[in-house]
Amino acid sequence: MNQAPDLPLWAAILVGLFVLGGATFTLIGSIGLLRFKTFYERVHPPTLGTTMGALLIILGSVICYSVLQTRLLLHEFLIAGFVALTTPVSLMLLARAAIYRDRTMGEGDVPAHSDGSPAPETREAASEARE
Amino acid sequence: MTISALAIVITLAQVMLGLAMAFAAWRIFLGPRAQDKVLGLDTLYVNTMLLLLLFGIQTGRTLYFEAALIIAVLGSVGTIALAKFLMRGEVIE
Repeated sequence: MNQAPDLPLWAAILVGLFVLGGATFTLIGSIGLLRFKTFYERVHPPTLGTTMGALLIILGSVICYSVLQTRLLLHEFLIAGFVALTTPVSLMLLARAAIYRDRTMGEGDVPAHSDGSPAPETREAASEARE
Repeated sequence: MTISALAIVITLAQVMLGLAMAFAAWRIFLGPRAQDKVLGLDTLYVNTMLLLLLFGIQTGRTLYFEAALIIAVLGSVGTIALAKFLMRGEVIE
């Protein structure tokens, strides 16, 4: 497991910084997912991993492969673009489903109808430890 | 010298991503309601995709890139499908 690509010094420093930064962002996002109290708070931290973490790790990968093959390889940005486009859609659908479930089951402090914008402080005391 | 330092850094990043995967799996395990479990599964997918990209950097093979692309596609589709199921299939019959 203890192997690495044969890169020159500047590329090795850049790849190491990007990879370590991306892994740090993703770890912070997962810690936030574990520690936050309500679901509506917990939706937010994983997006730290999908935007900044994925972008930094993919930048490191692009630099690594471009230096190794001595030509510009940009196909890894396909993953970054796809994740950055689909994550907001899927998480918004999930949050809408959660609001719908809270409304129909009468749990939490979710407003009854969707005409008024939900106040964020009413969600603090929302559903904890059910089922 | 720089190669061994880079190897240590990549291994450290892999350990951090593995820890992030463990946190997401723990959220799947204890998440009080179904939407928490779906959220943990989505996070687990993203962390696995980043870990596969790191394996690709470490070994220099392009095989891992294709696996990461497939996981990125199927993970988002799975999350959307589970959200639609939570919206329509379980609470209201």
